[in-house]
Amino acid sequence: MMHFMLLFSRQGKLRLQKWYVAHPEKTRKKITRELVTTILSRKPKMCSFLEWRDLKVVYKRYASLYFCCAIEQQDNELLTLEIIHRYVELLDKYFGSVCELDIIFNFEKAYFILDELLLGGEVQETSKKNVLKAIAAQDLLQEEETPQGFFEDHGLG
Amino acid sequence: MEVANTIKQVINDAVERVRMPAPLRLRDLIRMIRAARTAAEEREVVNRECASIRNTFREEDTVWRCRSVAKLLYIHMLGYPAHFGQLECLKLIASPRFTDKRIGYLGAMLLLDERQDTHLLITNVLKNDLNSDAQFVVGLALCTLGTIASVEMSRDLAPEVEKLLKSSNAYLRKKAALCAFRIVRKVPELMEMFLPACRTLIAEKNHAVLITAVTLVTEMCERSPDTFNYFKKMIPTLVRTMKTLILSGYSPEHDVSGVSDPFLQVKLLRLLRVLGRGDHEAAEAMNDLLAQVATNTETSKNVGNAILYETVHAIMDVQSESGLRVLAVNILGRFLLNSDKNIRYVALTTLQKTVQLDQNAVQRHRSTVLDCLKDPDVSIRRRAMELCFQLVTDSNLEIMTRELLQFLGKTEPDIKSTCASNLVSIAERYAPNPSWHFHTLLEILQAAGNYVREDVVSSTIQLISDTPSIQPDAVACLWEGTRSVKSMEDCQPLVQVCCWSVGEYGDYLLSGNAEVEVEADQVLDCFQQMLWSPHVNLVTRQYCILALEKLSARVPECTDRIRTIVAAFGSHLNVDMQQRAVEFGALCRSYDHLRGPLLERMPPIPGEREAKAVENGVEGQMQDDLGDLLIGDLPGESTGTVVESRGNDSNALLDLLGGMEPGEHDIIHEAHSNVNQSLFNLGNAPSSINNASTTMNNSGGGGSGLDLLDIFGGPSETSIPATEPQQTAVNSVPLPSLASSFPTLSNMPSSLFATVPSSAVNGTVSNQYELIPGQFFPSTFFNLSKPEQLANLAEQDNIMSEYGKSMLAYSDESVWIILVPLLAYSASTSIVLQVRIGCKSLQQQITDFVFQAAVPKTLQLTLDPPSGTTINKGGGVITQKITIGNPSKAVLKMKLKLTYTVNGSSQEKLHDVYDFPPDFGSS
Repeated sequence: MMHFMLLFSRQGKLRLQKWYVAHPEKTRKKITRELVTTILSRKPKMCSFLEWRDLKVVYKRYASLYFCCAIEQQDNELLTLEIIHRYVELLDKYFGSVCELDIIFNFEKAYFILDELLLGGEVQETSKKNVLKAIAAQDLLQEEETPQGFFEDHGLG
Repeated sequence: MEVANTIKQVINDAVERVRMPAPLRLRDLIRMIRAARTAAEEREVVNRECASIRNTFREEDTVWRCRSVAKLLYIHMLGYPAHFGQLECLKLIASPRFTDKRIGYLGAMLLLDERQDTHLLITNVLKNDLNSDAQFVVGLALCTLGTIASVEMSRDLAPEVEKLLKSSNAYLRKKAALCAFRIVRKVPELMEMFLPACRTLIAEKNHAVLITAVTLVTEMCERSPDTFNYFKKMIPTLVRTMKTLILSGYSPEHDVSGVSDPFLQVKLLRLLRVLGRGDHEAAEAMNDLLAQVATNTETSKNVGNAILYETVHAIMDVQSESGLRVLAVNILGRFLLNSDKNIRYVALTTLQKTVQLDQNAVQRHRSTVLDCLKDPDVSIRRRAMELCFQLVTDSNLEIMTRELLQFLGKTEPDIKSTCASNLVSIAERYAPNPSWHFHTLLEILQAAGNYVREDVVSSTIQLISDTPSIQPDAVACLWEGTRSVKSMEDCQPLVQVCCWSVGEYGDYLLSGNAEVEVEADQVLDCFQQMLWSPHVNLVTRQYCILALEKLSARVPECTDRIRTIVAAFGSHLNVDMQQRAVEFGALCRSYDHLRGPLLERMPPIPGEREAKAVENGVEGQMQDDLGDLLIGDLPGESTGTVVESRGNDSNALLDLLGGMEPGEHDIIHEAHSNVNQSLFNLGNAPSSINNASTTMNNSGGGGSGLDLLDIFGGPSETSIPATEPQQTAVNSVPLPSLASSFPTLSNMPSSLFATVPSSAVNGTVSNQYELIPGQFFPSTFFNLSKPEQLANLAEQDNIMSEYGKSMLAYSDESVWIILVPLLAYSASTSIVLQVRIGCKSLQQQITDFVFQAAVPKTLQLTLDPPSGTTINKGGGVITQKITIGNPSKAVLKMKLKLTYTVNGSSQEKLHDVYDFPPDFGSS
């Protein structure tokens, strides 16, 4: 089971955090800081895995963004790379050649997509099409109930 | 048209005026925060926005709540506090609007933890939504539950989840299955509720539902034997599902680089691995499938390798047939050659786990593993190194050590010390002969430079010391090795070993018999240079200066030059160096006759290897129990031999002392002399400095002597019943044997300077005792040597006239006190004694120790401050100097009062000492 997923930039700025195991806010920050520093200091030649406490940390860099997951000992780190890749593909499909800015400005969308791919730290849907379909349907629901017209300053803006 | 526009404008303005201005949009806030150029500026923007968000919350503004929470979530991600939004999330969830719910649940997942106060509220809203008709509302609730469910929430909402497991909607079934997974992890006893639904889910065709069901079932099987047994029957079904999956043609929906749904395949393999663990029958059912997956999976991409990796684990966990196991190890072997570093890394970690199961299969890939030592990725190199150490056997020792030594020379500093220490233990374990062993250690010292741990130095020294046959060769090789390193500063451990060896066996080096011809002056030049080099550390210099001193005894013609070199350190800033130099000067000047015997060669240091060998042998078992037995009631005669074999364990001996009975003294005597050989202490200078702390100066005149007697509450003749039995026990011990059974009592042997600085020897010597005080003669300490040497020493007794015969003045269950006369200080009318107080058990700590003494009026007593009041665990002594003035040559008598705390209980002991030997304290 995945314990958490973090997205952060090359400058070490957190872009997304998803915790499947409860930690107090303080611990979360400490863990994040520790892992961000460790991973950013690793050289590109190094492999994508590191042993961290009793977990395995799998990370991968896509352009300026690092995707980092902590999984348990019996989990498959190569497959975790595939999960990360699947998430990136979904973001890419949804935003259309996604970039870091898309995720910054539409962070809630990025969370929604992740929540359709994973649940409770496990894969819930292996079909890209189904994930995007579910997201589109929910976006539509949101759109329908947001009043359109003269006053466009509605919703999240 | 124009009119319409104007009307629109007017209405717009009117509405704006009536309504509060709309709060900042989410994207605008993000833009503003990103535009902030400094952290302070950003903080200002955030604080301002947080204030306005709090306002909208306070006003219960339902229109903008959603936007406020979304903004708060962004602010939260930047690391600012956002807990005040928790309740607002719950309000959003309760709203009928989908947008509100979506953001509300997102906020709940990010801001809520498993705390009690929000638990009931969130449980209620979740329960509501789980029963909703709208699939996406239920979906959101399930997603939230699966992410933040606590134990209480799990208990309260499990029935809802169970109901949804049977829903006709696949979208909800898959989510419910993972919720159930979370609930089972939180509260395993709720598992039973989900069992019936799982049976149908596991046969599901829909990939999403199937993968979640498999995840859930795997979790349940790992937690409950009953469930495990039930699903074991499903193995054939699962195998069939997996086969269909592999054989099914291309399906764009689930294809990943030519592999059909790798996520599902891996999960299925994992469940099979759990179900088939250690079971032959199960293995039989899976063999075919595992072989098929292992051979047919496309390996050009990471996905395929992810599946193969899982298959290897399955083969290893399930009791698969040997052919399949070889296939699995071969897959890992192929992984090692893969261009993807991640795949090489997992191969090495898996091989590390596999190596115990199947040495031979892994051995076949040894050369590939060795190649990984040269990998560009440091984490792979480290893994490869760890695996290499696991692969060393007698047969491949040569090649493996050669490769690892090469690796050691080139690798990163942080790996070097681990590698060096591992190599040392490999060499120790597999060495075919001492010479090979020594040369390997030498190469380790050369390759690892300053990155070797201290234990490598001590174990090399121990090996040389313990093996006379290699000594001439060793000292020559070490000398050559040290000469050939580029800079001695980078190889200080090597230099230390070299110094020690040259000090001990310098005569071999300079005798001209060695292969290399070395001039004494050359050696001295080198040592001098070393001593003055600014980059050489203190320990190395300590080794160096002692080696020089020792060399003066080996090569007499150098003595003068050595004296000059060493004398320069008489004013060295470091007090230890200074002391050594001054002591050596004094030794040459006033005690030159002592120098030869004092600087004699060290007796062989008993090796750990032998100790280990004995432990592994038949006697091993017996030895373990020895400490207890001896204190118990083994008859003296039969223990004699055993104690001797145990001689190098000072730990056990101290236990022995604790429980000794008079009859056993001769046995312990034998053993003890061996113990001393393994004790090194340079009596570091501080012992003479730290006396200043407590002052208890009972300067003795006639009158004060009386006062001192008074504090004990009675005249010295009164016997105190409580201590009576112990007194008898002590008094009945014949003095000579006692003296030899305690550290450094009488007959100080002239054997040796220990030339190994104490700091470096910690690795081999378990307990150090400072045996002789540092105040009056070489703090560098003397050893009782081999038993046979004792006889010779008796003849040289006059040499040691600084010490007189000591006596055991007191002993109880926790402490012992020895009085050591310091003859050098004593005069005809006064005796100077050193009181040495030690603890009997290494496991005990004595604190708040106060030693008080009183003498009859005819004598005068002066007590110097003690060296301390605490005896730490693991050994140590308190020393205190006392002077007894005895102008009328009266019979010595003394009354002692001791107070101390042991194991938290304070003790007060009174004791009379009246059995001083007639010539006590006189030369």
